[in-house]
Amino acid sequence: MRASNLVLIGGALASPAMAGTITVTIPAQKVAEYHRPYVAIWLEPAGGGAARTIALWYENKKTGKDAGTKYLADLRAWWRKGGRSMTVPVDGVSGATRAPGQYTIKLPDNIKPGQYVLNVEAARETGGRELITLPLTVPNPAARGSGKAELGAVTVSAR
Amino acid sequence: MKRITARLLAAAALVSVPAMLSAHRMWMLPSGTVFSGPDAWVTIDAAVSNDLFFADHQPMRLDGVKVWQPDGSEGKLQNPSTGRYRSVFDIELDKPGTWKVGTAMSNVMGSFTVDGVEKRVGGRGGPPRPGMPAPLSVADIPANATNVKITEVSNRNEVFLTSGAPTTTVFATTGKGLEFAPVTHPDELVAGETAKFKFLIDGKPAAGLKVTVIPGGKRYRNAEGAVELTTGVDGVLSVKWPTAGMYWLNATATDAKTTTPRATERRMSYVTTLEVLTP
Repeated sequence: MRASNLVLIGGALASPAMAGTITVTIPAQKVAEYHRPYVAIWLEPAGGGAARTIALWYENKKTGKDAGTKYLADLRAWWRKGGRSMTVPVDGVSGATRAPGQYTIKLPDNIKPGQYVLNVEAARETGGRELITLPLTVPNPAARGSGKAELGAVTVSAR
Repeated sequence: MKRITARLLAAAALVSVPAMLSAHRMWMLPSGTVFSGPDAWVTIDAAVSNDLFFADHQPMRLDGVKVWQPDGSEGKLQNPSTGRYRSVFDIELDKPGTWKVGTAMSNVMGSFTVDGVEKRVGGRGGPPRPGMPAPLSVADIPANATNVKITEVSNRNEVFLTSGAPTTTVFATTGKGLEFAPVTHPDELVAGETAKFKFLIDGKPAAGLKVTVIPGGKRYRNAEGAVELTTGVDGVLSVKWPTAGMYWLNATATDAKTTTPRATERRMSYVTTLEVLTP
């Protein structure tokens, strides 16, 4: 009886109006041939388990031979951790590649409380590839990290 | 002068037969092992050489190369070409899952002495060579032969390619000879992690099997970088990948469980090329 009450309270606490916000920076590159990077953002439970893709930016308009999906495997960590078993496009998750700049992505409201690892991976045609991992606690997530080449600052805040 | 050259060449050819078995490595090098998208193609180089993966000796013959689709049925090898040093072919990975490409060869070879002359049994395989006598078989050994030494040789050389999510149907084993039964999926290898592969001989765990793992790119370093490993009592091999790259893996075993008449020894070899990715 009491236990179920606790679960109810936990459930109420776990669903605030907003779970949090991820801010990702795609840096400008001083290169002659620039292509916007493919980017995947996903959460993994810290203790292991299925990854949940939060955002995927890729060349989503090109179909047929040499379709944009051909290079999804270049996001190799994301591909291995779950991308390969996803069917793209995914509503509310996948979208077109983004130009250099700062972008905010909402953490989904229905993430269960617990410890997670946030992964941000970028892979650029004729460029490099980078993976940033940040430990995260839900609710009230807060984290900060930065890439060296393909990604700029990555921050997570509770609002 | 000409005759001496011809004799020298013949002598060199005789010498090169055992040398080829022990030193030269047969390899297949896929352009990649992990693919996405609905129209994935892989192109594979296949050759025999000492240094990995530099084609500078002989091409691998494509006659025996087969393709297995993710459901286990036979697939299609496309655009095959055999050059001076290497063969090349493509496969359209038009179905999601893990594909297998490779060869399984078995041969009987050896020697016997008759009237004081040593003769060889078994050839080097491949099509008949014009101007050369057909190789002798075990049935050709006369009753008065001495020093009969016959060996069964079987080699498997396979690579695994995955489009989309990996599957395991193509790992099904036959229970004959030396076979690879991966625990860790061969298309899920990551630098810094340990992979586990099981080996079987006639369907049973191959305990204490000798396995050599050599990283590619030999020309750009001094040491060969080969690592000698041994399987455990359960036939399982553990390999920790130091860096990302393409690796050549070779397991070898010798025993006396022959099926060919007069054969006293069985030599088995398994080769695969593995791609290790960065974390």
